[in-house]
Amino acid sequence: MRYERVFVAITREEVRRVAALARLRLAPEEEARLTGDLDHILEAFARLSALDTKTVEPTAHVEDFGALLRQDTVENPRAGDEPLANAPARDGRFFKVPKIIE
Amino acid sequence: MSAVETVIGLEVHAELLTRSKIFCRCSAAFGGPANTNVCPVCLGMPGVLPVLNRRVVEFAIRAGLATDCTIARSSRFARKNYFYPDLPKGYQISMYETPICTGGRLDVLVDGGTKRIGLTRIHMEEDTGKNIHDAHGDASLVDFNRSGVPLLEIVSEPDMRTVAEAGAYLRMLRSILMYLEICDGNMEEGSFRCDANVSVRPAGQAAFGTKVEIKNMNSFRAVEKAITYEVQRQTEALSSGERIVQETRLWDAEREETRSMRRKEYADDYRYFPEPDLLPLVVDAGWVDEIRATLPELPAARRDRFIRDHGLSPYDADVLTQRKDVADYFEAGVAAGAPPKEMANWVMTELLRIVREEKLDRALVVRDWPLMATQLARLALLVQAGTINRNTAKSLIPRLRGTGRDPEELVTAEGLAQVSDRAAIERAVAEVVARHPAQAAEFRAGKDRVLGFLVGQVMKASGGKANPQLVQELLREALGG
Amino acid sequence: MTSLHELSLREAARRVRRRETSSVELVRAALDRIAAVEPAVGAFLTVTDAEALGAAEAIDRRIAAGEDPGPLAGVPMGIKDIICTAGVRTTAGSRILERFVPAYDATVTARLKRAGAVIVGKLNCDEFAMGSSTENSALGTTRNPWDGNRVPGGSSGGSGAAVAAGECQAALGTDTGGSVRLPAAFCGVVGLKPTYGRVSRYGVIAYASSLDQVGPLARDVADTALMLEAIAGHDPADSTASPRPVPSYLAALEHGVRGLRLGLPREYFVEGMQPEVESGVRAAVRELERLGAIVEPVSLPHTEYAIATYYLIATAEASSNLARYDGIRYGLRVPADSLGAMYEASRAAGFGTEVKRRIMLGTYALSAGYYDAYYLKAQQVRTLIRRDFEQVFQRCEALVTPVAPTTAFRLGEKIADPLTMYLSDIFTISVNLAGLPGLALPCGFDASGLPIGLQVIGRPFDEETVLRVGAAYERATEWHRRRPSI
Repeated sequence: MRYERVFVAITREEVRRVAALARLRLAPEEEARLTGDLDHILEAFARLSALDTKTVEPTAHVEDFGALLRQDTVENPRAGDEPLANAPARDGRFFKVPKIIE
Repeated sequence: MSAVETVIGLEVHAELLTRSKIFCRCSAAFGGPANTNVCPVCLGMPGVLPVLNRRVVEFAIRAGLATDCTIARSSRFARKNYFYPDLPKGYQISMYETPICTGGRLDVLVDGGTKRIGLTRIHMEEDTGKNIHDAHGDASLVDFNRSGVPLLEIVSEPDMRTVAEAGAYLRMLRSILMYLEICDGNMEEGSFRCDANVSVRPAGQAAFGTKVEIKNMNSFRAVEKAITYEVQRQTEALSSGERIVQETRLWDAEREETRSMRRKEYADDYRYFPEPDLLPLVVDAGWVDEIRATLPELPAARRDRFIRDHGLSPYDADVLTQRKDVADYFEAGVAAGAPPKEMANWVMTELLRIVREEKLDRALVVRDWPLMATQLARLALLVQAGTINRNTAKSLIPRLRGTGRDPEELVTAEGLAQVSDRAAIERAVAEVVARHPAQAAEFRAGKDRVLGFLVGQVMKASGGKANPQLVQELLREALGG
Repeated sequence: MTSLHELSLREAARRVRRRETSSVELVRAALDRIAAVEPAVGAFLTVTDAEALGAAEAIDRRIAAGEDPGPLAGVPMGIKDIICTAGVRTTAGSRILERFVPAYDATVTARLKRAGAVIVGKLNCDEFAMGSSTENSALGTTRNPWDGNRVPGGSSGGSGAAVAAGECQAALGTDTGGSVRLPAAFCGVVGLKPTYGRVSRYGVIAYASSLDQVGPLARDVADTALMLEAIAGHDPADSTASPRPVPSYLAALEHGVRGLRLGLPREYFVEGMQPEVESGVRAAVRELERLGAIVEPVSLPHTEYAIATYYLIATAEASSNLARYDGIRYGLRVPADSLGAMYEASRAAGFGTEVKRRIMLGTYALSAGYYDAYYLKAQQVRTLIRRDFEQVFQRCEALVTPVAPTTAFRLGEKIADPLTMYLSDIFTISVNLAGLPGLALPCGFDASGLPIGLQVIGRPFDEETVLRVGAAYERATEWHRRRPSI
């Protein structure tokens, strides 16, 4: 389905910034496509701004009950190998990652 | 160079002494082999959810009440989103727009007066895991034992104007948290962390200068040195017309300087939004009142009472009330009969010296004092009464340690009582003067200092037991000075 | 003579408890059926035959020893692969979790097991539940049992298809914007999205935290009610799960709909709907009136803003929920020299196109400078949408609508333009935004023989009324008895 773009609401530079924030490496074609997609979607969503919500509280939660608080008790046993069972890379009982440079 | 004013704000992260972590039932205790004190929740596994530990909220309210904050009736957790290996979910559950406490203050003693420093906010959040460099240096290793340990973040207003004020604020805040028994205040081990925000401005200017954040200060001394260095750096920059960059700098304890962190291509945007997995926290007045009733006498109040009731100097009272266990110890000694000024002296010089040397103060409460309070009190009384001299008393401390022995009983048993018999000392003095004619002559000639040597000789001759004041008095008499 | 795999859940459990059939026989029948139809349907990503037979044997032993095996006694079920099952691979339909094996059960998994159910496998779904057709799964294609060229709906497409094809008596799915109800409608089975907070989300791989709910799919309303009873209720591991007691939903089915006030929201009958869908739903409404319900037109004026509201809130929450997939503790890791490169390469390789699109949209909506205009605004409009329902529920006890504007569309038909796919959710999405219960059940077939779904929407925590309406309609009709000829 082809669509008409009336205006460009999101730039390629912004797409790069957002991709960096989300730690997603995008190929140039992906970048171009996503810029178009997001632009198209956001344009459709622009109609939300037409609604007057000055005095409307944002939905904090839909529930009708208060915060759940638990007692301060230790119930978890010392972990065996399960924490590391799915680790892509490990060194003994540590998770291993490429060196972190401050 | 025209006058420059320093503006300092401090941000403290305090690890809380709860039994379990903030959002899961793992132990919050330090230590253990890597990744054993973890569960799916604090590892950020797929599908897990946080459940808030009631005691963390209680501790936050305690801290807020002790610093005169307003406790929010309703507050909300928020997600702080960023990527780092020690942050398992890729976001930290913290608080943003609605912290649990706001608008408090601390009154600190500094430069002979009192300064009020405002407290902007206190909120709860979870700690991250720990990254360490591996032995070969080409990888980093991550341990999540600490992930999910509860933290209180305490943010001050930028009200401090000198390093001394910053130090006094930090010490007072730490004392309060320790009195409340919510944090053990250990900077070296990382359960009490401090970041500083430092800026300078020309004296008289209303607007704040560019603020620089300083991190990685691991002791009180480091905080003082780092702020001093940074103030110097910024002042120099200001006077040479250089622009100060708003950034985060790390304190390098070895080189004793602050340095820029590596610049990132895109600045981190934390994209805070209300945590949808936790409902708003509602704190009713009843609970706050219950908690208020359990607050202990706080350091400032106790310090003032020590000045009033025990006649101590503000400085001494301040030192003795920095830790609650020390203050309790002091008062136990006074209750056992020791005169306050003597007890204060003994605690501050002898007791605390040993406590610091042996790092007994790393715990929230010192577990084994070198001496019981009653024993130290007894020693103080014996010295004050002239029964033994100070040196003898000092030498008895290691001998009494670990025993419940009454010092007076030990003194009697070993005949350690100091000799205050005038006649005996006169004889010893005469002997020493006769044996050291040269020094005697020097003293008579005006060299006052040599008296110390002669006093030492008399003390030696008496096996250390002579009353030193009496020895001095009689020596001067004998030497005709 | 009904084959074992064609029995309803209730009937199968009754026979097992009465020892007229064994759990092992039921499970073998399911596994045989799975082997026979999977090449055409592709509902399962993992079939746990050995574990299932082991569990079935254990149940049979307990029954032999005189123990009560639970209300779901020995009956085979499938679980959407976004719900964690201890020791069994759980992928969320994504390459990034293709080899992930959790050591823990989701609460709903544990509750099903405790109720005696036997898990026969994990069901295909759109990647991280993002999609309306299951075409976004990175690990397999699921086809509609009624027509193999068509989608089963999504994101719980595997769940809908498996139940429709008789591969298991019931299944669990999740519903964030319609993902249980849409597959139920497209596959001609019953599907329920409970009130938000009615069922625990612990162990359910999160897409949008304030919208996700686990829901059962089954062949009729009573089976669905039985499933809900087994999984609903407070969970100390989920702070958003309600402490409200769980009523007997089965008991609520008895009462008819005489005197019940039903609303027909006019915004749910739009231009561009497939005419047979509209006529099918309107016929169902007439049937309900014939049964004694009082139907009146109502309005939910903010309906037109629901899609935008949903896609801003859901993607924002999702962008944060998916940040944990960084290749460090689990999941796909693409090796790289630097940490930054590792993050970017792993996530780029592990996430599919739609997931990336939603992560980007959500990240953007939360980012500095845009938060107020997008995320905050959407949460405010959400309040307006909730208020619309509150107003309407002052007069009506339930609402009746279509589930989707069309019946099942063709594979590949809507993949080109994301917005077109998003519009499939137009009738289901507001229900998630308002946190209400929604039931989908079959109410007819179109000229191509594809099922048409009817939706019943209820007040918060009033699943009883919603199920009651469905049961009354079912008693008077035969749609739910039709089976695909697969």
